[in-house]
Amino acid sequence: MAANFPFPNSPGFRRTESVEHCIEKWQQQIAKAAESNSPLSIRGGGSKDFYGRETVGDTLDSTAYSGIVSYEPSELVVTARAGTPLAALQDTLAEHNQALAFEPPHFGPATVGGCVAAGLSGPRRMRAGPLRDFVLGTQLLDGNGRLLNFGGQVMKNVAGYDISRLLAGSLGTLGIITEVSLKVLPAPEYEQTQLLTADLNEARALMRSWSGKPLPVSATLWSAGELHVRLSGANSAVQLAAKGIGGETLEQASAQTLWRKLREQELPFFTTGDQPLWRLALPACTTPAKDAAINENERLLEWNGGQCWLRSTLAAEKVRAFASNAGGHATLFRGGERSGDIFTPLAGALLTVHQRLKNEFDPKGIFNPGRMYPTL
Amino acid sequence: MAFTNDSHFEPCSGDLISGLQALLPEDSLVIGEEPVRPYECDGLTVYRETPLAVVIPENEAQVIAVLQLCHELGVPVVPRGAGTGLSGGALPHSQGVLLSMTKMKSIVRLDPKAQLAVVQPGVRNLAISEAAQPHGLYYAPDPSSQIACTIGGNVAENSGGVHCLKYGLTVHNVERVRVVLMDGDVVELGSEAPDSPGLDLLALFIGSEGLLGVVTEVTVRLIPTPESARLIMASFDSTTDAADAVAAIISAGIIPAGLEMMDQATSAAVEPFVNAGYDLDAAAILLAESDGSSEEVDAEIAKMEAVLQQCGARSMKVSTSEQQRLLFWAGRKAAFPAIGRISPDYYCMDGTIPRHRLGEMLSAIRSMETKYDLRCANVFHAGDGNLHPLIMFDANVEGEVERAEQFGAEILELSVAFGGSITGEHGVGAEKINQMCIQYNADELERFHSIKKAFDPQGLLNPGKAIPTLHRCAEYGAMIVHGGELPFPELPRF
Repeated sequence: MAANFPFPNSPGFRRTESVEHCIEKWQQQIAKAAESNSPLSIRGGGSKDFYGRETVGDTLDSTAYSGIVSYEPSELVVTARAGTPLAALQDTLAEHNQALAFEPPHFGPATVGGCVAAGLSGPRRMRAGPLRDFVLGTQLLDGNGRLLNFGGQVMKNVAGYDISRLLAGSLGTLGIITEVSLKVLPAPEYEQTQLLTADLNEARALMRSWSGKPLPVSATLWSAGELHVRLSGANSAVQLAAKGIGGETLEQASAQTLWRKLREQELPFFTTGDQPLWRLALPACTTPAKDAAINENERLLEWNGGQCWLRSTLAAEKVRAFASNAGGHATLFRGGERSGDIFTPLAGALLTVHQRLKNEFDPKGIFNPGRMYPTL
Repeated sequence: MAFTNDSHFEPCSGDLISGLQALLPEDSLVIGEEPVRPYECDGLTVYRETPLAVVIPENEAQVIAVLQLCHELGVPVVPRGAGTGLSGGALPHSQGVLLSMTKMKSIVRLDPKAQLAVVQPGVRNLAISEAAQPHGLYYAPDPSSQIACTIGGNVAENSGGVHCLKYGLTVHNVERVRVVLMDGDVVELGSEAPDSPGLDLLALFIGSEGLLGVVTEVTVRLIPTPESARLIMASFDSTTDAADAVAAIISAGIIPAGLEMMDQATSAAVEPFVNAGYDLDAAAILLAESDGSSEEVDAEIAKMEAVLQQCGARSMKVSTSEQQRLLFWAGRKAAFPAIGRISPDYYCMDGTIPRHRLGEMLSAIRSMETKYDLRCANVFHAGDGNLHPLIMFDANVEGEVERAEQFGAEILELSVAFGGSITGEHGVGAEKINQMCIQYNADELERFHSIKKAFDPQGLLNPGKAIPTLHRCAEYGAMIVHGGELPFPELPRF
């Protein structure tokens, strides 16, 4: 039953002779970059080029290093090379009725390596947990060009520090992720989406009341007076929960489109206008103090309010102050000034630890320097 | 058995004890050979060592002051929770201070609306769920020591439990930790908001075995108590059939709340203890639990029953009451003490393997029983591939301790060979430090050391544990030559 894929000739996978030589080639590229102190910009499909601070340096392209290394559905784990197209990986999982439960956004021709390095999770995160929860193992090329393996393909592994999860969301600042093992889960048996009318406060109250109960809510979306709730699980449990939650039931096709468009930021909220898009991560189910400057219409809420998207031309310090007063943090997700701070700045001992880690993994500072913070 | 800690420090130049006395109330400092004796070991009692002093701080300010003093004097510090750990992670350092966190045991805040609890590190795992219970909430990770073990220790070990296939380990259920670094600086990792700016140091910190910092506060996520839970107890004529049934359940798209296996030796040991009605003729017993709404549970139980039937279960019982469900669990949860009752000593291993290698692993263990002339019972967190072989021995019989140790080491090495890990949830600590040399190569170990250096450049926190020095691996490698090839051939031998 154990399947070992030198992966099928499915069209999604570019499998060329270069796969075998990729690592070697990259090691040479790292050595050269280290010697000449010239940075490398690690790139998969380029779907998240917009994310983070501006990149500098020669491109190190991961797309040639593609293919699923192993996939055993009954073990709930898939191992894939960094350049594997995310869509192709998800298609393979879907054939076995499995999925990446964190529902990652693609934003274009995403790769598995880029997906993990960006660390972004989609609508289902509020139920399933973030991407990093599903990272079981990684293979990494560090700043010395050494190929290292951390974690593995088993669910539980507490031998050594959890470097695999550290790499999730590290934006390529610690090294080149060459291979990843991800935990996969069965696809939901049944899903249904309810639509309710609610202003922001009513929506918050509703989401709070659901979250305290064992209901199969797998995603929430509030925008412009409409609250969408996705339920996932056994048909009977979903029906029962839908009855309790009320509202109108969306047709399956339009529900699927809605959640995909939300995940991929294709809803009009994201596509109209040219104001910068901010991502505010806030404690879920809480109501941030009123701030007249933050307009209700400029907000779109997910994850029971844990993720708040904001289209606003407000000054960065005002947005950050609003988020931090609410106990969260703000990221300039798309647009705006990309040479300044994109992520909430670090300070003190926390910054020191970050810098030391960067220095240990990448002593010459060649991997995506400045992509996350000016000094990393 | 003995553990040689290969971290050595210059004898402390200043006066450590008087320094501590100046910082702490009298009952927060334990000194003297006899008074420190109760702290000489944790749950792994075969390793013992006495520290120079035991410090039991009452608050974070005292933790900071003690760490600053030790940092200044170059004195190693070993943090300790309830001391229930099974890998010697809290084994004291003979030249150092043992920092017991058990006095910091208040629940700072329990917020049912946000479904979070903010607790001090000395709060017991079960106490969190007890406090959350009136709100219909609980804290999911439930290590078998949950009555006694502390959340600080759980963070250090990334503890699991019998429900972690569905609900995850500590790393999946902790939102934030407040940490004092060895130099006394305080950092907060994670937050009540999703994700955090910067690198995911929270994930890195959880499971770091007290080598990176001392936890002074933890924010855990609470989840709604499932409306209903039922358990299937199925018996099988062969362990292979039982293992195949586990794979079949998961292939059918089911993630049970718990999925546990016991072999015949274990059920024979526990049945007289708990009278749960285990099938003593069965080669293996599977316990499969479903939780959720009553509708979900009924549907899932029916689905699992069908799969188990198809996989050749010789008999099945489904719990019909909460009392019966707990009774079926009782034997599994009492496995360790039950083995302790039939054998003077036992040694509990903690390897993880890909589930489909289980049959091979169990037959390998059977041959090892002959090879080492010792009995071994097996309990298995089957859902997540975490095997706990319980090697039975008598420490009073010449040579049995050493044979048990070799037996265990061979199981761990085989776990790695099968693509698994030497430890699924107990941690490396002192116990499995040599086997780390098998799971990781020199470059990887060096990377681990560099992480330690980023948090604790002087290497004073829990030194000599969890990550072996390359020198140690070279010496260990000299004892276990694989296929005529020495590991770490590039290193000098002494």
